[in-house]
Amino acid sequence: MMDIFLHPFEFEFFRNGTIVAVIVGGICGLIGVYIVLRGMSYIGHGLSHAIFGGAVVAFVMSWNFYLGAGLWGFAAAVMINQTVRRTKINADAAIGVITTASFAIGVALISRYRRFTQSFDAALFGNILGVTTQDLWVVAGVALLIIVAIFFVYKQLLFVTFDSEVAQVYGVKTEWIDTLFALILASALIASMQILGVTLIAAALVIPAISARLLTDSFNRMIILSTLIGAVTGFIGMYLSFYIDIASGASIVLLQAGIFGLALIISSLRKHASQRLMHTHL
Amino acid sequence: MQPLIELRQVSFGYGAEPALENIDLHLHPGQFAALVGPSGAGKTTLLKLVLGGLQPNQGEVYIHGQLLNGQPNPHVGYVPQLETIDWNFPVTVEQVVLMGRIRRAAIWPWPSMAEKRQMRTILEQLEIDHLAQRHIRDLSGGQRQRVFLARALIAEPDLLVLDEPTAGVDMRTAENVLHLLADLNRQGMTVLMTIHDLNAAAAHAPWIVCLNRRIIAQGRPEEVFVEDILNETYRGDMMVIRQDGMLFVQQRPHSHTYHEVVPDPVPGHPIEKVNDGYISASV
Repeated sequence: MMDIFLHPFEFEFFRNGTIVAVIVGGICGLIGVYIVLRGMSYIGHGLSHAIFGGAVVAFVMSWNFYLGAGLWGFAAAVMINQTVRRTKINADAAIGVITTASFAIGVALISRYRRFTQSFDAALFGNILGVTTQDLWVVAGVALLIIVAIFFVYKQLLFVTFDSEVAQVYGVKTEWIDTLFALILASALIASMQILGVTLIAAALVIPAISARLLTDSFNRMIILSTLIGAVTGFIGMYLSFYIDIASGASIVLLQAGIFGLALIISSLRKHASQRLMHTHL
Repeated sequence: MQPLIELRQVSFGYGAEPALENIDLHLHPGQFAALVGPSGAGKTTLLKLVLGGLQPNQGEVYIHGQLLNGQPNPHVGYVPQLETIDWNFPVTVEQVVLMGRIRRAAIWPWPSMAEKRQMRTILEQLEIDHLAQRHIRDLSGGQRQRVFLARALIAEPDLLVLDEPTAGVDMRTAENVLHLLADLNRQGMTVLMTIHDLNAAAAHAPWIVCLNRRIIAQGRPEEVFVEDILNETYRGDMMVIRQDGMLFVQQRPHSHTYHEVVPDPVPGHPIEKVNDGYISASV
């Protein structure tokens, strides 16, 4: 039994991959709380596609991957915010236009320079084999910065998430907070791309937060639960990926989907129990 | 005395359509004013100008003699319409109230002991201290209004601005909320609110501002709640009934409405019932 647990750790790629999966799972869970409560679930999906476009551009222009794709994603998030603030276009439409156009740039460049199609499969679907020690340090650094940023703007972020318009009246610089959050989100997506893949990041952002929301009515508990679900599913998902031989992103997301199903059942049972209790008292 | 809030020749429009025109309004410290007018009259827009959420197209807004210039007004505690709140959001009463401290809050995610003490005092003053750990969804209409009032008060404002504080609550709760505002006003708080219920405004607000894109009239209820002013404000046929020093405002029933005088429940106080079952006059 212990062998089954320890055997994968003999491989460096698994050690690196597991650490990164736990970190990005936790970070996606943490950020996902704000995304879900702001009703922006679609932005994770859109922005990850936009970042894919940025990653291809960074490759073609020989820029640093993290810097190129990160700046591209941040620019896309800011453009979405500004489009929504300054025009009559709704957030979902703005996300649809800007991120799909960005993704299309990536696809266009891949079809033009076919020689690197293979390496972008990993970016689309996630591949633990590609996680280097340098990636690990970058992901750990990004995660630390995200945690520090959220720690120091926790109150402002909570107020803006609860009621952005009133937060502004009370002196919160909502535009600044939105821009900072866009930067946090873009950084998290870049960090997650290697392990989860563009196509599955959105699920890792949304599922832990939704599951946590089903299990608690407390904001602080939701933050802790969502982060834990993300991190634990990242860890177990890596084992499943190793032993069943499936893509790491898919195993993590499928596990999270299972947790969501469980949370849904628990939430329904609780609701049923409280209704019965109410009827008993009446 | 220097006004707390002063609007000088303020005009504002969303696009080409003017929402407010040439507004001159002074609000002195300790005043309790109710903004009344029909839907679309510009009441909420005027509040947003006072809050600093909007910048006038023309004219200026001053607070304590300082130009506001579209910046958030630091002297104000704002209570939004309850209908705009997401009641399923996972926050407790305590968390909502502490949001009001955001301007003076420390950078740590948790509240300081002083903030907690201040919150406890305000919750006790509003008689909702036992609800501090309760989720906001699990509150009654009156309790909800008190929570958002507590959030406004913890900001230590000079002015309380309330958007429709009696909307969506029953008559008794509305009465309690208005009594509470009158109490706060007696303790020195300046209050500006929008309200649709003219009878409640007449009973509780000592100063009424009738608005319909421009200020039609302002003054004490008995001065402005006269048929000419109300007809101009609401562009309808309004009726004012005065009884025992009290004022009742009612839209005059249409000519095709038939009246049925129901049995007199209190001697000397007949009740008229119109054809849709609506009770039109209570005196």
